[in-house]
Amino acid sequence: MAAHLKKRVYEEFTKVVQQQHEELSAKKLRLTKPSKSAALHVDLCKATSPAEALQYLLQFARKPVEAESVEGVVRILLEHYYKENDASVRLKIASLLGLLSKTAGFSPDCIMDDAINTLQNEKSHQVLAQLLDTLLVIGTKLTENPAVRMRLLDVACKYLTDSSHGVRNKCLQLIGYLGSVEKGATKEAESLATKDVQKIIGDHFNDQDPRVRTAAIKAMLQLHERGLKLQQTIYSQACKLLSDDYEQVRSAAVQLIWVLSQLYPESIVPIPSSNEEIRLVDDAFGKICHMVSDGSWVVRVQAAKLLGSMQQVSSHFLEQTLDKKLMSDLRRKRTAHERAKELYSSGEFSSGRKWGDDAPKEEIDTGAVNLIESGACGAFVHGLEDEMYEVRIAAVEALCMLAQSSPSFAEKCLDFLVDMFNDEIEEVRLQSIHTMRKISNNITLREDQLDTVLAVLEDSSRDIREALHELLCCTNVSTKEGIHLALVELLKNLTKYPTDRESIWKCLKFLGCRHPTLVLPLVPELLSTHPFFDTPEPDMDDPAYIAVLVLIFNAAKTCPTMPALFSDHTFRHYAYLRDSLSHLVPPLRLPGRKLVSSPVSPSVTPHEDPSQQFLQQSLERVYNLQHLDPQSTQELLEFTIRDLQRLGELQSELAGVADFSATYLRCQLLLIKALQEKLWNVAAPLYLKQNALASAAAKQIMEETYKMEFMYSGVENRQVVIIHHMRLQAKALQLIVTARTTRGVEPLFGMCENFLQEVDSFQRCFISELPHMQDSFVDKLLDLMPRLVTSKPSEAVKILQTTLRQSTFLHLPLPEQIHRATSTIIEPAGESDNPLRFTSGLVVALDVDATLEHVQDPQSTVKVQVLYPDGQAQLIHPKPADFRNPGPGRHRLITQVYLSHTAWTEPCQIEVRLLLAYNSSKSKASTRLSKSTWIDSMEALPPSEYGIEGTIPFSKPVKVYIMPKPARRALV
Amino acid sequence: MPEIKVTPLGAGQDVGRSCILVSIAGKNVMLDCGMHMGYNDDRRFPDFSYITQNGRLTDFLDCVIISHFHLDHCGALPYFSEMVGYDGPIYMTHPTKAICPILLEDYRKITVDKKGETNFFTSQMIKDCMKKVVAVHLHQTIQVDDELEIKAYYAGHVLGAAMFQIKVGSESVVYTGDYNMTPDRHLGAAWIDKCRPDLLISESTYATTIRDSKRCRERDFLKKVHESVERGGKVLIPVFALGRAQELCILLETFWERMNLKAPIYFSMGLTEKANHYYKLFITWTNQKIRKTFVQRNMFEFKHIKAFDRAFADNPGPMVVFATPGMLHAGQSLQIFRKWAGNEKNMVIMPGYCVQGTVGHKILSGQRKLEMEGRQILEVKMQVEYMSFSAHADAKGIMQLIRQAEPRSVLLVHGEAKKMEFLKQKIEQEFHVNCYMPANGETTTLFTSPNIPVDISLGLLKRESAIGLVPDSKKPKLMHGTLIMKDNSFRLVSPEQALKELGLGEHQLRFTCRVHIQDPRKEHEMVLRVYNHLKGVLKDYSVQHLPDGSIMVESILIQATAQSEDQGTKVLLVSWTYQDEELGSYLTSLLKKGLPQTTA
Repeated sequence: MAAHLKKRVYEEFTKVVQQQHEELSAKKLRLTKPSKSAALHVDLCKATSPAEALQYLLQFARKPVEAESVEGVVRILLEHYYKENDASVRLKIASLLGLLSKTAGFSPDCIMDDAINTLQNEKSHQVLAQLLDTLLVIGTKLTENPAVRMRLLDVACKYLTDSSHGVRNKCLQLIGYLGSVEKGATKEAESLATKDVQKIIGDHFNDQDPRVRTAAIKAMLQLHERGLKLQQTIYSQACKLLSDDYEQVRSAAVQLIWVLSQLYPESIVPIPSSNEEIRLVDDAFGKICHMVSDGSWVVRVQAAKLLGSMQQVSSHFLEQTLDKKLMSDLRRKRTAHERAKELYSSGEFSSGRKWGDDAPKEEIDTGAVNLIESGACGAFVHGLEDEMYEVRIAAVEALCMLAQSSPSFAEKCLDFLVDMFNDEIEEVRLQSIHTMRKISNNITLREDQLDTVLAVLEDSSRDIREALHELLCCTNVSTKEGIHLALVELLKNLTKYPTDRESIWKCLKFLGCRHPTLVLPLVPELLSTHPFFDTPEPDMDDPAYIAVLVLIFNAAKTCPTMPALFSDHTFRHYAYLRDSLSHLVPPLRLPGRKLVSSPVSPSVTPHEDPSQQFLQQSLERVYNLQHLDPQSTQELLEFTIRDLQRLGELQSELAGVADFSATYLRCQLLLIKALQEKLWNVAAPLYLKQNALASAAAKQIMEETYKMEFMYSGVENRQVVIIHHMRLQAKALQLIVTARTTRGVEPLFGMCENFLQEVDSFQRCFISELPHMQDSFVDKLLDLMPRLVTSKPSEAVKILQTTLRQSTFLHLPLPEQIHRATSTIIEPAGESDNPLRFTSGLVVALDVDATLEHVQDPQSTVKVQVLYPDGQAQLIHPKPADFRNPGPGRHRLITQVYLSHTAWTEPCQIEVRLLLAYNSSKSKASTRLSKSTWIDSMEALPPSEYGIEGTIPFSKPVKVYIMPKPARRALV
Repeated sequence: MPEIKVTPLGAGQDVGRSCILVSIAGKNVMLDCGMHMGYNDDRRFPDFSYITQNGRLTDFLDCVIISHFHLDHCGALPYFSEMVGYDGPIYMTHPTKAICPILLEDYRKITVDKKGETNFFTSQMIKDCMKKVVAVHLHQTIQVDDELEIKAYYAGHVLGAAMFQIKVGSESVVYTGDYNMTPDRHLGAAWIDKCRPDLLISESTYATTIRDSKRCRERDFLKKVHESVERGGKVLIPVFALGRAQELCILLETFWERMNLKAPIYFSMGLTEKANHYYKLFITWTNQKIRKTFVQRNMFEFKHIKAFDRAFADNPGPMVVFATPGMLHAGQSLQIFRKWAGNEKNMVIMPGYCVQGTVGHKILSGQRKLEMEGRQILEVKMQVEYMSFSAHADAKGIMQLIRQAEPRSVLLVHGEAKKMEFLKQKIEQEFHVNCYMPANGETTTLFTSPNIPVDISLGLLKRESAIGLVPDSKKPKLMHGTLIMKDNSFRLVSPEQALKELGLGEHQLRFTCRVHIQDPRKEHEMVLRVYNHLKGVLKDYSVQHLPDGSIMVESILIQATAQSEDQGTKVLLVSWTYQDEELGSYLTSLLKKGLPQTTA
């Protein structure tokens, strides 16, 4: 019986809870304010043990709290805080206070007093630390208020003497965040207990706890970040910290020293144990260099990284970093680099080294050798030889940055960079090749260095090889042997890895352009021409032969004497290549030869300026001729579009602009066609075909406008307006078409409303641009807005129709730099006749390799689409790590796509293509609009009409032959 | 005065038969137990009779530590433990324990089977000896007994090489063994924390050398091999079985992988194969790259390197062969050399030093015609290359290690006297610490000042530290208390507790001082003046005016009495206890100066 009773009680209890719960969830948002704090209050009162209370608090912490109810909740929490004996619960409450004061839209100054008061009676160090953390949150939200800052600073200073490291840590953090930046803003504030923040923090550089020392340095760095100028006196203190026992202290100290060296580069500091003085930046540089051989790799990475940004250092110190005086048995030895240089300059290159070749030469004065230099000696030599690749990469990066600012240093560090090409970790190799490319303007490769560089061409990693091709594109070579060597090695590479074809040709193109005079003497040999005999004509399809020709033709561009050395077939091949590989072969002026006079012919093609002019003129023509009859307007548009497209093909520099304008004109053309008068005079039901045409046109315009907005880089706000305007017109057209075809008014209501909303948001977005849009569709529409809002849908549609037809054609201003996003799939090549066989139901990985140009943020926008013959489409998001960035504006996607399908009876082709995903809410215009609404109420946001997502295919589809086989029966 | 004594039995101003005796705080430790390669008589082993004439070694030595498996560091171990007789613990790292017996067995075979020596240790002795070995992990602190503890640090050099810290109480010694401060293709760099030992015993093989970057050497090596193979030539690389051989293998293996080369690489069988097995197992002892990639592929599982067979030497086409021994003085490497020497397309690369008299040394010094056994003349047409790959720290590396460990003094072993001299001078100059370089048998004594730990009760500590201002760890601090030395332990307790423990009564010592003050006014007025004056001066102390007409400054009592004879002179009695001596004497001197003239 008793058990039964108990059960009933329990049942009742649970019932009550459930009801409460339902009630809660049923309530509207604005009603939750009292309920939330009340519920918490009830919960906390109910809690019998600290553990239980903690549970309630943890649950509470998971739910968000609105800004209005924060204060109430805080009051309740504080009430419990005073009552609570258990430190862990108080700790949680303290942390909740911090979380709550972070709530957007809540101003925490009302709870600051309470938070400070709670500090007074608190005994537990952990809770104290947490409370101070809460104060930090409050302080960071109220940085504008100097009184609050002063108050919090006072609190922090008071607790700095606490015996717990955690509390001191937080105090220092607080001081770092809130210490007054503007010195002596108010007289009274200054006199108030001499708040020399830096002094207070500096005193804790010698704290007994390493964590507090670290916090002190971090606080100092924080002050710096907030714009407070650190005093130079800290420098000597910071230098002492460099020999601290703890790595985090050293790591932070290195940063502090770096900051100081940037602040006071030119001030003079004495060298201890001598009466000399040096510049502070040099001294700091020496000290940081010293840290490159620290015991902890974290510090080493930090130090190596920071070295790169110390560009004011004097060259004398800089060059020491690469110097490590070698000796053997107390005799001076030359480094291998020096020996190589000498061998090279003595003209005896690549003779084998003999034993004892590196035998030490002069005797060294034992007194003069300084084994642990206080200076920068050999810092990079050590850094590049480090055990951890993180340190090596950091060192290479630093080398790169320093070399970019100092040509003489670049020359010196070359040997070391070349050495890094043989590192055991691919990342490091790649990084050093990239670095070399970045500094290649300052350097000329010696032949022996080139030799080492070229040896890497055989690397099996494609990334490395391509990086190297990039490097060779912008390398200066000093001799004709060098060029020959490079060519030979590249051809070797070509035979070993035929897939590198494009990259190698491109590399040779630049190599030829840069060194015409060095190529000239090599021409007879390269073309294997003979003064007396005719040599057999080489095979035109041989990639190696094409490579040689690319080199020669590009060199011939600036070397007019070269064509004289060509034989007959070379000219023929030139014409062929100029047509087929026009991006690699430049236009040449060939003497005494009449060239094919096709429009493609390079000699006819005008130089840049005329074609630019042509583009401008043809666009002008279109924009000006508004009063032609529709027929001729259409024709003119068609012709112009054709011209522009052709121009884009011919002139790669103008391709972006030409395509962009052509697309715009096409939109216009579509619009004009769709609006042709005679179609609209006839009753709708009779002209189904025309309706279909119009709606198709509207759809296409929409697509094109998305392309214009998202596929081109460099589109400015001026263009975005026009594009959006065009889209608005398309939407209007759509509305009109639908209005004509659908019966009944009901659906139209919604559509009209939608459209008006869009007009409205268009106005809001581009309010600043509206004055430029006289006479346009939207301009007229806005004038008619009051009428539209009040009128019935059918009337509204009529108004729209007339406005649309009367509106003029907007001039599209051309942006400075515009590039169309393009992509080419290199692999799969789509030529294979052998189907890729795999067992159905299992997965096969297809390697996809593509180059992307002018794609912004490809990691999030580029997708791979796979189309199966049954129409099924699959969208794959490549990993961010699959994208590499070989050069500015270019990306490379190397990824694997997993395919799977049920069994087929015979092999079939699937299509692989790349898509560019866009999200119209991310466009430049609408972000401004929706930002304010986004943050306030994340949950309550209605699905925005701006959130249209879509994809634009931007590569040619590639066909892959696959064959999923039925699974074999497993052996039983 | 406590002291640390160090006596090298071998490796003192010499390379070979490393064996160093250290006595620290009453504990005796033997570091390494190696043989000398240069001798074949009694001098090849350390003179263990130095340790004890007739007593048992076990009674004298607390433990033996072996730093790594090279024979000049462990070659005498079976002789020492089995033939001389030592039963105590021998410490070495796991890889050393695994590889050491292989090398000892090989050494025994050559000495006994080939040279026919007798009175040498047997295979069984090696096994028995290895049973006494205790294996240690890196950074594991091992308690040898209650007081003596040892700890191993990574040393690079060869697989399993370690540096050892030997610690008794607060005194400690670090022995480096052989170490390498620059990482190579298969091992990382030596590392030690800032343990601040009293003494650092460091090797100094390359005391006077600063080496070139490793990369140049590697690149040169690879380039040469590559060129030769491309020409269709055969490359012979004579190596010793362990250590460098693995490094070069990895170097070539990764290069072959990277460059997609197809020419075969062979590795002579036997010892090396066994050793490779251990390299495969002890991945944690290798460098970052191998450790990180072994999940995908163990770098020591060579894809391109295959076992060599005698018949392969006559195969046509290019190939690379690693063959033992390293100096071309006998065995397989010499056989192959003879076969290939005649062709100028071929190449031999000597990766290390060659002793005078060996074929290796001859060809390196440029001799092109060699007289072989049986009066044959061998004409050497093949290319001869020299590449030095060495795994010892150079002078800079040694200095770097000293900087990392921050020892109070340094002792150099395992190097030539003349070179050590230079390094010693440098160390003293740069670090301002003492540096020693004893010869074999010479004892170095250095005095230490170990810390003496004293227990203090928490209450007392808190009370005393609260008196001063901010606690500052870096500065010594004065504390008041009673030191009790009892049962070999020290305790600092408060005086009251000490009295209680010792059962003594407390005596109070009180100082009373009279101060004469000229003041014609009444007593209580004067007291008031004194009170006001003190209150004005001693702002930080509590000054009270008691109702009975006396003044209390903290616990110091000041009373005024009238001098009967002279009304103008008042006497102030100042009384304080011994504990308040400081304040009391200050007060009296203050009062003696007199009261200020202007009165309120």
